[in-house]
Amino acid sequence: MAAAALLRRIPAARAPATAFMAARPISDSTAALTIKTSVPFTSHLVDPPSRDVTTTPAELVTFFRDMSLMRRMEIAADSLYKAKLIRGFCHLYDGQEAVAVGMEAAITRSDSIITAYRDHCTYLARGGDLVSAFSELMGREAGCSRGKGGSMHFYKKDANFYGGHGIVGAQVPLGCGLAFAQKYKKEDTATFALYGDGAANQGQLFEALNISALWKLPAILVCENNHYGMGTAEWRAAKSPDYYKRGDYVPGLKVDGMDVLAVKQACKFAKDHAVANGPIVLEMDTYRYHGHSMSDPGSTYRTRDEISGVRQERDPIERVRKLLFTHDLATAAELKDMEKEIRKQVDDAIAKAKESSMPDTSELFTNVYKKGFGVESFGPDRKELRASLP
Amino acid sequence: MAAAASSALHAVGAVASAKPRSAAPAVARRRSVRVAAAAKGGPGSSGRGRLVTRSAVAAKADEAAAAAGSKSGGHELLMFEALREALIEEMNLDPTVCVMGEDVGHYGGSYKVTKGLAEMFGDLRVLDTPIAENSFTGMGVGAAMKGLRPVVEGMNMGFLLLAYNQISNNCGMLHYTSGGQFKIPIVIRGPGGVGRQLGAEHSQRLESYFQSIPGLQMVACSTPYNAKGLMKAAIRSENPVVLFEHVLLYNLKEKIPDEEYICCLEEAEMVRPGEHVTILTYSRMRYHVMQAAKTLVNKGYDPEVIDIRSLKPFDLHTIGNSIKKTHRVLIVEECMRTGGIGASLRSAIIDNFWDYLDAPIMCLSSQDVPTPYAATLEDATVVQPAQIVAAVEQICQ
Repeated sequence: MAAAALLRRIPAARAPATAFMAARPISDSTAALTIKTSVPFTSHLVDPPSRDVTTTPAELVTFFRDMSLMRRMEIAADSLYKAKLIRGFCHLYDGQEAVAVGMEAAITRSDSIITAYRDHCTYLARGGDLVSAFSELMGREAGCSRGKGGSMHFYKKDANFYGGHGIVGAQVPLGCGLAFAQKYKKEDTATFALYGDGAANQGQLFEALNISALWKLPAILVCENNHYGMGTAEWRAAKSPDYYKRGDYVPGLKVDGMDVLAVKQACKFAKDHAVANGPIVLEMDTYRYHGHSMSDPGSTYRTRDEISGVRQERDPIERVRKLLFTHDLATAAELKDMEKEIRKQVDDAIAKAKESSMPDTSELFTNVYKKGFGVESFGPDRKELRASLP
Repeated sequence: MAAAASSALHAVGAVASAKPRSAAPAVARRRSVRVAAAAKGGPGSSGRGRLVTRSAVAAKADEAAAAAGSKSGGHELLMFEALREALIEEMNLDPTVCVMGEDVGHYGGSYKVTKGLAEMFGDLRVLDTPIAENSFTGMGVGAAMKGLRPVVEGMNMGFLLLAYNQISNNCGMLHYTSGGQFKIPIVIRGPGGVGRQLGAEHSQRLESYFQSIPGLQMVACSTPYNAKGLMKAAIRSENPVVLFEHVLLYNLKEKIPDEEYICCLEEAEMVRPGEHVTILTYSRMRYHVMQAAKTLVNKGYDPEVIDIRSLKPFDLHTIGNSIKKTHRVLIVEECMRTGGIGASLRSAIIDNFWDYLDAPIMCLSSQDVPTPYAATLEDATVVQPAQIVAAVEQICQ
């Protein structure tokens, strides 16, 4: 076919890394493409969206690239942690990339996202860059939170990414507060408040959902159900594992969280619903390959067969790779090259992040308070109360 | 800028120690001028261009010196009305200010602080929440992250213990952990303290629990004048502020100025200048101290009473100047003895002003017991004026 011949015409010279990001013949096509999701949506109190997802070849290639970048970043973080360059807690997202990427594809940067501590990839999806991410992980001053937050505290205000929270479930009321502000300011945007299957049992979620439903806030509660709350399987923690039904009077949708197109469809549906009708619950059926964090081997409460089984059958990146092959959008060689470029990108970012210095000691006391009315003070046991009245 | 300000402040300090009696008006004048000049262009006042006088000083507790300086004579009101006035003024000035709490809207507030506000500003700005402190405090923090200025009310401060995680981790720390990206200009307020036989769970003093939270500011109001001023300042502050009101002080009456004014969040209030002993207190205990002061004056003592107002950070400048003058300190607080505000204040004074002390610092606090219901027992739980008199006599031996 002429189209296929067009697609197979590959530039002879390998383009440099910067030009790689520019258009290539295969990634340029914005012709609409409709693909069916792998499994149907299950819904609660609402009519589910169609299984037919509209996308474009360009978008699919972007999905592949973004998810591969995230995967590579997380694997690199694993190595850095083992090399003791990243300390403390490090929660890796590999396996769950489809949720971050699919959500981003369905919304704009004016919508807000807030999540818990497994936030590296969400930061990237919201436009964060690799150098800031790695610097933050290594506690350098070039980090996105100036090295003062760490793995669990990534934020990007200009992209409406509100973090990055360590206490399980506490981010959901914050998210409903963001939705409240959106309604208050009459923006036609929504807030996606992500939490895990473990956090789904927190009381404050139900409190916040009740208030959101009462006040009709554009809040979307997204349960990233990776089936394990640290070491506790969902059936041991939740009497009802149907997290999408937990809203009771609030509608819900269960989505295959390893299928980026299903995630995109569900998020688009949820945003339209939330802005018009108030809160909705999404349950993303997903899986994490790593343990809960780097301190957890991840194999004491589940079998290695289970992990490798999911990797073989449901891996989000492999799924998109298959789609790209099936629809003749890329060849294996091209995708391999893309992955090599990504690997180099990540390695370069790590090298650059390693060069960044540790924060200066004076940074200990910055950002405790924001200057406003009153003094610049260091607390009651400092020698000097520096009063610079505005 | 900082150097100029600090040298100006040293000059103020010099004035204060050189001529203690007349220090108060000089301080007020100097501060008002500097503040007025800056208020025209300072943060929070952009676009308003109005002169906002700020006086940290009420010269005497039983004479509204502030209102005496008011051009149009001032108006009399109760403390809860002063808080309401502040809320109404700020909500009129800034459309991002909203109030949320239990029964603040249609009911008008359990202590009438928000009476009439729902009718004035609507249901989106005065929000009745369900009984869910953890989540609505969290929602207030989230809304603040996105640019609103919520005023979150705990119907009783003690209920906010349910929201401790939100107040500590998200409210206090987010500005720091986000590397300065987000500010949380929230005000968390409510009545606390020991009331009239309200029982143990409704008589809590949370200032001792919150004082360690980094990033949080805490103030306690004690008069209608400073209640209005502190509420306005707290709303305008870019930092999260916890405003402690007291259940028994809502019906205090005072004349306050008609013009707009603000109290500085970090400044203490000189209630009664004196020579013999510095008595540091806040909130309701101020009145027990002033009652004791009457007895002490009759006995020939001259106590200097300072309402510290700012519980975090302490105004060590005012407190220090006082200690340098009197060399004796008595702290009178309503917190429990263990880990209370008095304990921290005592520690701060020892660290900073040890050389100026002629006697050990005494701290009178409430007993480390759950507040009992029986009236006599409840009275024995908190510090009474007679104990204050005895303490001063002991210190001044």
